[in-house]
Parts: sequence; structure tokens; C-alpha cells
Amino acid sequence: MSSTQRDSGASTNSTEAKKTDPRWNEKKCSWASYMTNSPTMIVMIGLPARGKTYMSKKLTRYLNWIGVPTKVFNLGVYRREAVRAYKSYDFFRHDNEEAMKIRKQCALVALQDVRVYLTEEGGQIAVFDATNTTRERRDLIQAFVKENGFKVFFVESVCDDPDVIAANILEVKVSSPDYPEKHRERVMEDFLKRIECYKVTYQLLDPDDYDKDLSFIKVINVGQRFLVNRVQDYIQSKIVYYLMNIHVHSHSIYLCRHGESNHNVEGRIGGDSELSPRGKQFAHALRDFIDENKLSDLKVWTSQLRRTIQTAEELGVPYEQWKILNEIDAGVCEEMTYQMIQDSFPEEFALRDQDKYHYRYPGGESYQDLVQRLEPVIMELERQGNVLVICHQAVMRCLLAYFLDKGADDLPYMKCPLHTVLKLTPVAYGCKVEMFYLNVEAVNTHRDRPLGKNPRDSALIHRRNSYTPLSSYDQVKRPRLYSAGNQPWLPLAPTPSALMPETLQSQARTGGSCLSPCAKESTLMAAKKLVAVFASE
Amino acid sequence: CMTNCPTLIVTVGLPARGKTYISKKLTRYLNWIGVPTKEFNVGDYRRECLKIYKSFEFFRPDNEEGVKIRRQCAMSALNDVRQYLSVEGGQVAVFDATNTTRDRRGTIMKFAEQNGFKVFFVESVCEDPEVIAQNIVQVKLENPDYMNCSSEEAIEDFMERIKCYETSYQPLDEDLDSDVSYIKIMDVGRRYLVNRVVDHIQSRIVYYLMNIHITPRSIYLCRHGESDLNIKGRIGGDSGLSGRGKEFAKRLRNFLEEQNIKDLKIWTSQMKRTIQTAECLGVPYEQWKSLNEIDAGVCEEMMYEEIQEHFPLEFALRDQDKYRYRYPKGESYEDLVQRLEPVIMELERQENVLVICHQAIMRCLLAYFLDKTSHELPYLKCPLHTVLKLTPVAYGCKVESVYLGVESVNTHRDRPENVNVQRSTEDALQTVPAHL
Repeated sequence: MSSTQRDSGASTNSTEAKKTDPRWNEKKCSWASYMTNSPTMIVMIGLPARGKTYMSKKLTRYLNWIGVPTKVFNLGVYRREAVRAYKSYDFFRHDNEEAMKIRKQCALVALQDVRVYLTEEGGQIAVFDATNTTRERRDLIQAFVKENGFKVFFVESVCDDPDVIAANILEVKVSSPDYPEKHRERVMEDFLKRIECYKVTYQLLDPDDYDKDLSFIKVINVGQRFLVNRVQDYIQSKIVYYLMNIHVHSHSIYLCRHGESNHNVEGRIGGDSELSPRGKQFAHALRDFIDENKLSDLKVWTSQLRRTIQTAEELGVPYEQWKILNEIDAGVCEEMTYQMIQDSFPEEFALRDQDKYHYRYPGGESYQDLVQRLEPVIMELERQGNVLVICHQAVMRCLLAYFLDKGADDLPYMKCPLHTVLKLTPVAYGCKVEMFYLNVEAVNTHRDRPLGKNPRDSALIHRRNSYTPLSSYDQVKRPRLYSAGNQPWLPLAPTPSALMPETLQSQARTGGSCLSPCAKESTLMAAKKLVAVFASE
Repeated sequence: CMTNCPTLIVTVGLPARGKTYISKKLTRYLNWIGVPTKEFNVGDYRRECLKIYKSFEFFRPDNEEGVKIRRQCAMSALNDVRQYLSVEGGQVAVFDATNTTRDRRGTIMKFAEQNGFKVFFVESVCEDPEVIAQNIVQVKLENPDYMNCSSEEAIEDFMERIKCYETSYQPLDEDLDSDVSYIKIMDVGRRYLVNRVVDHIQSRIVYYLMNIHITPRSIYLCRHGESDLNIKGRIGGDSGLSGRGKEFAKRLRNFLEEQNIKDLKIWTSQMKRTIQTAECLGVPYEQWKSLNEIDAGVCEEMMYEEIQEHFPLEFALRDQDKYRYRYPKGESYEDLVQRLEPVIMELERQENVLVICHQAIMRCLLAYFLDKTSHELPYLKCPLHTVLKLTPVAYGCKVESVYLGVESVNTHRDRPENVNVQRSTEDALQTVPAHL
């Protein structure tokens, strides 16, 4: 069944068209990445402590999440490999010839890595994170880009607010590998002198004359103002939209699921059931939680399914319903227990375990589909201040994967237990996570990754076109020229172990025994649909 | 969105800079996504007031009488804006006028503050004489102001009119207007300056304005070829093409070849019938899940007769409010519009595109381009085997309908007379089209 289905996935006619058809090439293209024909290089520009790395990392995380393979190339990392011990700001003086040579060499090596990533490793966007403050450097990059047939888009961050700059330095520079002793004043002093070194030769993008034909966005004073020039294509327009929606004001995002539902208790997936008594208790506990934490101007969002709405109703505050926050559609398996699914559709059940991320329920959705439909929610979460999102297990996993930069492998197995609120607070270049279990018991609905080697069968059914979000770290690693090891230099925000998939745990059997499958109309219709799908193949 | 304050969008710019074009397009887009919006063109008020337009002399800055009348018209328009936003439940008002002086803009901002409206300026700056000339030819010559003169006279007069504004024009300034929320569009979208976007609706407006263009192009809309379920009178599902459907696909291929369209992009949904149609064209195409047909939930693959038999109440409710009605476990037209918004945005960015989709989808897309209301939308006629060619002209869209000569069933069901939940089966099925 699998192999024939893959072939006839698109149509039953014209095998000829298939061979030349670009849809059938090896690259697992996302919808978003389909829209970019040539690889693109995003080039950051700006003095130190202007938020270039912050924007690079955030943008990369977003692009990977929507399925466009993207990677950051931070020149500081290359420099630290070349010059093992950083002594002082003198290294950055523009009259320090030796240092200038090293710095240029690093740039060339980084550009080589960019070329390999974009032409050989399947990358689609490379973010070149460096100051790039001189026309000379930018001309060098443009020549490189032209030589290789890439597109280029510049992102310049301009900021003259001393408070913002000082805050930046304290938040990320103090913990930089360049300053191991972390003596604040010394760091601040040295870093400010470093900035002065760059100011001497800084040539801003000139939209009226020298740079009027370039494609770029100038971000002024942390998003107060933007100048956008010559956007060339879809992906650049999405990048601009994203950059215009993110901000650096501190805010927290609270994610939780609806209270325990009647279906949860019975071990059924999907459906639109109401809260169980314990679920209602959770809603009350949630109300107390909000009151205790005195969350000012908290926005509350739910899906359009009963269980999230009922949870929100108890909070006594206005809330908004988003259809796109609805739980993953399990198609023919809606409202079944895992046992019923295994009994009625054993092959489907097995296929899902093989590749839970890409697997699409017949007549339903996959995690991939979810990511696409959740994109507007992510954009809106970036714009907002404090938000509480009351959603569902699969949906919460997708949202969490965006904030914690988890890839397609980990996403479907992230732990999102009932009656637990996750508080996400952006810090430095990542996200801090705090878990609050609200002390109301509930069933466990988590199904772990099954044990044993699951052969990654290339004949996995691709029912219809879809795409993969990669995480920023799911990249093919390449040994660097003059050092071994690929340890990230900057400390990552640690993921609470409770959230990591535990591969050693045995498969959890969901609670509640269901006797014989109830002949609900929906299930009957669903079964009919499945037959119809196979019959016409 | 939960924005409580209504928003007042104010255009800024010399004549023939595309302000009205932007106003109308923006209004159409916002209404389509469900934000009640209305435009107020001060020129219309002036034409009401001054029945006959004589010449550009009216606009001379030293023409006291003219200045008085123009100010009155602006005030009158602002009053109607207040009425629309505060009393009639509108959410966005687009105040379309030159608004070229800081003084006039100050008056408007004060008015907005007094009434609790947010203000967002949209300035269009353009010095390319070709673009301006084209503007004048495309929209000014048809304007009631120039009904009774020759083209040359009209153009000459209009250029003088522009000059009247030029001396007193104070463009939005980075420093002097740094506290004002605005977008400055330069050279028809080559460059944008965006300042202090404060909320969701302004961010959406900016995103939309940055994606539209005026390069001439055409959008072709059609449905998949007739499908097996179509023949049986069943809705939804994922069936393949019938014999006649396949014939349509072939004719479509010929049609496209004849039209010789430059760089045509082809989009389909992820359902068999559209994909099979596109396959016959022998050229690359892209599949969008968001173009899938409306999900009829529990009614999937039923005939209308069966829906009436099993769900008579639902059937009646749907007839009562077809736009908002959501099939149990399915979708409504309103849901469709939400999921089609990225498609619309991408259609705006693109040039020549052929969209092979489905009946409900095509209705939604058509409603966007032809500015149809939510009442009209679910009853727009989108027959099988017919290609609609939409070409933007002036402030709207020209439509050409091309029937490709392959017979098919009719799938269009009009609103029956009796939509009462107690109605008889006969009344309910009054308008169901014929099928096998």
C-alpha cells in the first residue's frame, strides 16, 4: 500500500510530468520555502549592542519553524576561534593592522561556510551576523553573493538611545566568553570603547544615493521606526513583517491546556466534549493563579472548542476565541481511544509512530499542518504583551516548539500535561520556562515515543504536500577549518527536564477502558470516508 | 480583533499620487477580512457642494472663497466620519484627501482625540512623471470634473491643479512628526518609512500596503473540472475528475496556450480534483492547503436531499445565514475568509496567476476582488468549466468570463424562498440543481 500510495500521491496521470515536475525533487520544501527560488543571504548591519544577534537568532528560529531552512553565521564565533584569548578592545581598533587581517580572514571563512550551507547542505537562508558597518565589507559581501547567484537582504539596526544600549550590554555582553571575569564595570567600559572603534568607520546605509538599489530594512530605535527599501519577494516581505512585529518589552506568555475533559477521562482523542468535574476545579484554580500573580492587562485566548471556552469562562475576564487554536483534527480517528485506533486502523497506528510529525490522519491533519495554521497566532503573540493561551495538547506542543526552538523530531513528544501552566519569559537570546502545576489531579494523556528502532521507511505516505519546521540546531554539521567541536559559545536557556521527551519510558496506556466502540454517527461516517479514500487510489 | 478604539486612516499626498486607489483597496480588504470600514472622499463632498467644476483656479491658495468651501467640505466629511465610527458601529474610517499641510493634519488629530479615535497616516510620495501621467490618464479623465473637456485640456488643467498644492505641501517629517503613527510610501512601493505602529490593525494595514503593487497583470480563477461527486449531486469529499472534467482540463490547457500569458503561476488546492486538473496542463504548479474546499463536517459527501432528511434544522439554519452558518464539525464561509487571507496577500504580491479551486473558495476570492458583501458572497455564481479573468483597472476590477465549452452539472443552489425551520421538504429542496 505504502509505495503505490506515494506514487499516486499527486495524481494517477502523466508520469512524464512527474519526472520534470519540481514538486518531486529531493528537497523537502515547505510552502514558505517554495516561494523563494534562489537562496537568500540576510546581512545584519550595525554597531555592537544594537540587537543584531537578538534579531538574527529570533528570525532564524521563526523561519525554521515555518519550514524555511535557515542558519545563523555569527562572525564573533569565528573570531573567537581564531583568537583564543580576548585581551581588550584594542583588537578592534581600525588601525590595528594585524587584527584587521585576522578579522577579514574570519569573514572569508564564514562566507565559505555560507556558500556550502546554501549550495550543498540544503539551506535556504543564511543570516550573516556581524557589524558589516563599512561599505568595503558590504561590497565584498555583494560580490560574493553575485558570484554565487544568491539574493541579499540587509537588516540594519540603528539606535542612539544610551539606556537601550546599556541594557543590551548588561544583558548579553557581560556573560559573553570575551569577558570571563564578568566584572561589570570593566566589561561596560571595555565594551563602550569597542563600540567607539567601530563608530569611526561606520557608514550607514544610504537609501537616497549609494544604497538606493539595495533591498533592506533599517530598524530604528528598537522598532519605533522602519525604513524599508525594495522588498524583492515573498520571504523578504515575511521577514519585514516579522521584524516589525517583534519587540523587546518584557512580557510573559502563559500556555496551558483546557481543564480535563470528559473525553480525556475516557481516553478518547479529539472531539468537542465538556469539562469533567476535575476540569472545572482546574478552571477555578486557574482563576486563583491569575489573581495571585496580578497580571496586568492579561489577554486570554482560547480555541473554539467547548473545553477551552468553559475553562476561560470561569476566569471572569474577557477572552478571545481563535479557530486556529483548535486541536489537531484526527480525521477518521476522532473520538476514538488509542486502543480503538489500534484495533480499527492498525497500519495507520503504526505509521504514526514511525513519523509522528509528518503523519497525517486520513481526513485530518498532521503536526506539520498545525504549524502552518498556527503561524498567525505566533505573529500575534509576538506583538502582544502578557497573554494566556488556553489550548490543546498538540497545539501547545507546536507553540512551545517555536519558543523553545525544538525541531520536528522532538515536537510531537513534548510534555504538556493537563492542569499545568507554563510561563515563558524571553531572556537574552532565548526563553525562560517556569512550570506551575495547579494541584488538581488529571489523567495523563501523553503517549511517549515507542521503544525500539523504527526504521525510517522512505515509503512513508505523503498524502499531500506539506512541510517541515526545522529547529535552528537541526543543521548538518561540518567540521570547521581550524578547530574541532561545535559547541555553541553562548549559554543556552536550559530546558526543564520535565519537558524533554523521555525515551526510556514505556508507552503510557491512556486511562479509562472503553468497551466496544460506540456507534457514534461521526465514527461511522469517518469509516466510510476511509474506504472511499482507498477505493479511489 | 479586540481593539476598542476605532481607527481613522488619513491619506496624505499631492493629487494623482494614488491616494484614492489606496483608500479604496484598503477599504475593500478590511471589509473582506471582517473589519467594518468606510471611505470618505473629500473630493466627492466638494463635488456635491460645487455642482460645476470650472477650472484649477478653484484650488489656488489665494482663492479665499475656494479655501472656505474646501474647509467646509472637510468638516462635513469629518462629521460623517464621527457618525460612522461612534454611532453606526464602524471600526475604521478612511479619510481620503490631500491633507498636505501640517495645520490640516493637526486639526484632524485634534478631532480624533476629542472623539477617542486612533489616527494612522498613509502618505504617498511620488516624483516619477510617467507614473503621475499614467494616473491622470487612468482615473482623472473619467472623473466628473472633466466630463466636458478634451483629454489635453483635462491633463493641462490637472497639472496646474497639482501646482496649487505644491507650494504649501509639508510632507510628514521624521523629526517634526516623530510622535505620529504613519507609513510613507515612496515611488509606488519601492520604499516605505513606517513610524510608531501601535496596534494589530495598523500592523496589518502596513503589511497589506507593502504587498500591493500596480504592475499590470491578470488573475484567472476557475474551479476544478467536473468531479465524480459533482455528477452524483454530492458535496465535499475528495473524488477524481469525471470524463467531462478531464476534457475541461484539456481545454484549459489550450486556453492558456492561446492566451500566451507571461510567467503564469498556477495554484491548486490539495484535493484530487484540482490537482488532476492542473496535471493536464503540463506545467509546474503549487498546492495550497488553504485552497481546499469548505469542510462540510457531518454533511460531507451528502446530497442536499440527504442533508434535508438527516439534518433539516441545520439545512434551514444554513439558508437563513449562509455566510455565518458553520456545518457541525465543519466550517463556515466566515471561517473560509480567515483561512484564505494569506492566499489573498500572496495574490496581491504576484503578477499573473491561475487559481484552480472550488466553489465556496472561488466565491470568497471573487468577493474580495469584486467587493461583494457577506450577503452576496455565498450566492455568487461560479459555474464549472468557466474561467474568470480579473484585470485590475482604475479603482476596480474588470471581469471576463470564458466558458470553455465542456458541459457539466450545475452545482449552484440559490436561496429558497422559505427558510423557516418548520418548512416542508419540498420547500427546502426547491432550488436544488439537477443531478444523477
